[in-house]
Amino acid sequence: MSASALRIETYLWLAQRVSALILVICITVHIATMIIAVQGGLSSEEIIARIGGSKIWLSFYLVFVSSVAVHAPIGLKSIMREMSQIPTNRIDLLSILFSLIIGVLGIRAAFGLYGLGGA
Amino acid sequence: MSNDLINVSIWRGGEDGEYQTYQVPRLESQTVLDVVTYIQRELDPSLSYRFACRVGVCGSCAMTVNGKARWTCRTHVSKVAEGGQLTLDPLNSMPRVKDLVVDMETFFNKWADAKGSFKGDKTRDDALAYISPDDPKRKISSAGIECIGCGACYATCDVIKWNPDYLGPAALNRAWTLVNDERDVTGLERLAAVAGDNGCLGCHSQQGCVERCPKSLNPTGAIAGLKRETIKAVLKGELS
Repeated sequence: MSASALRIETYLWLAQRVSALILVICITVHIATMIIAVQGGLSSEEIIARIGGSKIWLSFYLVFVSSVAVHAPIGLKSIMREMSQIPTNRIDLLSILFSLIIGVLGIRAAFGLYGLGGA
Repeated sequence: MSNDLINVSIWRGGEDGEYQTYQVPRLESQTVLDVVTYIQRELDPSLSYRFACRVGVCGSCAMTVNGKARWTCRTHVSKVAEGGQLTLDPLNSMPRVKDLVVDMETFFNKWADAKGSFKGDKTRDDALAYISPDDPKRKISSAGIECIGCGACYATCDVIKWNPDYLGPAALNRAWTLVNDERDVTGLERLAAVAGDNGCLGCHSQQGCVERCPKSLNPTGAIAGLKRETIKAVLKGELS
């Protein structure tokens, strides 16, 4: 295997571990907030009132969705490599596509919520 | 069935074949290898299997015993024959040659691919290297060097079933012992050989190899060490 391919595989492996570390923190904050905030039932008004217009929550969810967009496609790539007969170059393409979809949808949602609240 | 007999089902044939059943007298302190030897000598001389030392040194008698890879010379029937039944298959993940014999060429070639041979730079005229048994790197190396190459870890590893190019626990464990051998000079060449998804990064840390190693070695730990060292080398730009 070429040195550049080895480097890419290693960086992807590392990126998945680092994104996992970030996700542990993000998911803990996300779920803890849900449990603490949702006492009398979940309502969109409540969510928008809390998150909308807040630069802190916007930054938090941008980091969250970016980590998901890095973490999940690398895992999916390994699963497809090990469990399917799909050729490697197509697996790489599918993984990049999956990353872009998650990333774009997630960032759009984060900005969407931010835009709904505040003064 | 009488308690004095063991019912033994053995895979006969190569990739295509079927189980054949034999009744073997139950003896005290009987090993699975004793059972197979009895069948070959007394019941069916056409049965093929491998063994050499009979005392857990050579690593040639490993088979799948009731679904698990084991060294048969040190496996007592009393510990594995539930209900007096033994089912014997060749090792998984290696091409079947005949009956209980597998082709181990790929398995051993992967040791060579992982740069599993020692390469020093001293001659017979140089002084012997002084390495204390308490040296931390020597201790790491010593923890992995008792591998007998039986293939039980390789046959148990799920990653090899999914990715036949994966080097496997035995070859990677061997590489890790040499990475920590201060007399060896292969260095980065070996790290490059064991890096990547077909090397140490392919391991899912399921630890089936640790569970099944008859010598109680820890190939998963060795692979984790290789992950650390190869990643450090990549980040420093040394693997190019």
